[in-house]
Amino acid sequence: MADGNVVTAPGVPAAVAPPRTGTLQKIARRKSTLAFVMTLPLLVVIGGLVAYPFFYALYLSMLNKRMTRFIGLENYTFLLSRETFQGVIWQSVLFAVGAVIAKALIGFILAHVLHALPAKGQRKWRGMLLVPWVIPPAISTLAWWWLFDPSYSALNWVITAIGVPPVAWLGEPSWARFSVILVNVWYGAPFFMIMYLAALKSVPDQLYEAAAIDGATGWQKLIHVTVPMMKNIIAITVLFSLIVTFANFDIVRILTNGGPQDKTHIFGTYAFQVGIQSGDLPLGSAVSLFMFPILAIFAVFVLRGVTRRSREMAG
Amino acid sequence: MSGASIAGGENAALGLYHKAGSIKRERRWALIGAYIALAVFVVFFMFPPFHMLITSLKSSAEIADLQGNPWIVRSPTLENYRDLLTNGNYVLHFRNSVIVTIAVVAITMVISTLAAFALARMRFWGSAALATGVFLTYLVPETLLFIPLFQIIGGMGLYNNLLAMILIYPTLTVPFCTWIMIGYFASIPKELDEAALIDGANHFQMLWKIFIPVALPGILAATIFAFTVSWAQFLYPMAFLVSSENMVLTVGIVSDLIRGDTFQWGKIMAGALMAAAPPLLVYAFLMDYYIAGLTAGATKG
Repeated sequence: MADGNVVTAPGVPAAVAPPRTGTLQKIARRKSTLAFVMTLPLLVVIGGLVAYPFFYALYLSMLNKRMTRFIGLENYTFLLSRETFQGVIWQSVLFAVGAVIAKALIGFILAHVLHALPAKGQRKWRGMLLVPWVIPPAISTLAWWWLFDPSYSALNWVITAIGVPPVAWLGEPSWARFSVILVNVWYGAPFFMIMYLAALKSVPDQLYEAAAIDGATGWQKLIHVTVPMMKNIIAITVLFSLIVTFANFDIVRILTNGGPQDKTHIFGTYAFQVGIQSGDLPLGSAVSLFMFPILAIFAVFVLRGVTRRSREMAG
Repeated sequence: MSGASIAGGENAALGLYHKAGSIKRERRWALIGAYIALAVFVVFFMFPPFHMLITSLKSSAEIADLQGNPWIVRSPTLENYRDLLTNGNYVLHFRNSVIVTIAVVAITMVISTLAAFALARMRFWGSAALATGVFLTYLVPETLLFIPLFQIIGGMGLYNNLLAMILIYPTLTVPFCTWIMIGYFASIPKELDEAALIDGANHFQMLWKIFIPVALPGILAATIFAFTVSWAQFLYPMAFLVSSENMVLTVGIVSDLIRGDTFQWGKIMAGALMAAAPPLLVYAFLMDYYIAGLTAGATKG
């Protein structure tokens, strides 16, 4: 694993060059000012449009609805006491965890199947399988919305043709929850597939040959060679996917807009409804801020594991 | 795979022909199974866009007709497409999407190339903290930022203005593009910069004459990523753009073609298909760069 395939923690700049001796002193002195100037636009974007709004959201969430009075944590306690918001937390977790597990499994299977194909055919299949990821989700969800239409559903036409009663895809709470997850899985599984495929290709062939000489079966090779070698990429892909799935907006907004009876609302769509549509910006920012600690804890957890593993592999 | 063939060869050498044959047969069945699994998932992945295409070719009367198979089109017509391109604001939405995307991609590439060069090659005070900061932006998703940005954009007088999109979208593209570029720049051998420095090149010449040409695949991958993200963005236009003539495609289709309870499904699907075409075309022609951009984040440090 010394060949650059080692996944380091994304935050750690593996790229920062060690200072070189022998370069001219003058260049060295000018260098750091110049480097600062070159990163200044990045600093402005991150500082002005991510960090500042984030802290502004914290401040905003502690104001009353008219933004005239400081009310401390009242918005948060109010939200936590409301049954609708408890439902939003539960649904967000269900949506994100359910979708990520399904995406990870489908992606894993597809990557393996693709990897086993002869190289010639692989490209063509991979090309078709990545299409859901390429279409903007706000656009492809329109197609799903039409497929789920209560009276014209082409999906229901298919299932009634095979003798199953039609389904109220978006009308019945538990089916609506299933439907938004289904669309998210449809959109996100190709991403997992492509990440795993890249990881599979980076596992050295010698390891499989050694395992074969030791008499390992296909299953044993998978458990003892492939999975350990891919652990870091699996962890990072799951982390990314969990972040974007948790923070999803497009799919739920278009398909159900939170309904029926607010049962499919997730943090993003609920924050939009409360903050923009009902005009309670402080409460809306309190809703969306609930996402941050959940994501941060998970990220720390995953990245610590990744750093430990890559250190073990390097050492 | 090569392991199995080695095992097969050994067995044949020992004269166990039927065993070697069974391994071969097993592999053939595995391959057939693989193709079946692939076919199932290709159907699952492709049927929504397919249905989109079918619906876009139908007249309103045919869509409303509940008799018959909704998956085939009996009398195909381009009426929906023609109508979208001649009446209403669809062309305007398309133009707005193009303007915003081009501007955002240009801004993103300038910012992230400069920053990645500095972070990959020059160690300076706070560079490590900055690299961590770039990563931390992932924990602050757009669904968290849109509410404070609503206030900030409003305060700047940019509410319902395309300029707001051009200003905000880089928060979604710059961090990941910088990250991709750091990976590509870091893989360039240091001997190249030393040679350039000895020849008397300054840092900008070094970036322009060496790094950008050598890391061109990475730049292309990052450009494609920035393009797809800007083209697909939905939440910010949804929150900040209200009048139809200022909207981009992702929100414009829904807002213009749905009036109360009347859904013009044929036109919605035609509009959606045309909106999906640019990323699909980029993907079709530049698939390898597209995939490189996706996977660079994980396989490169």
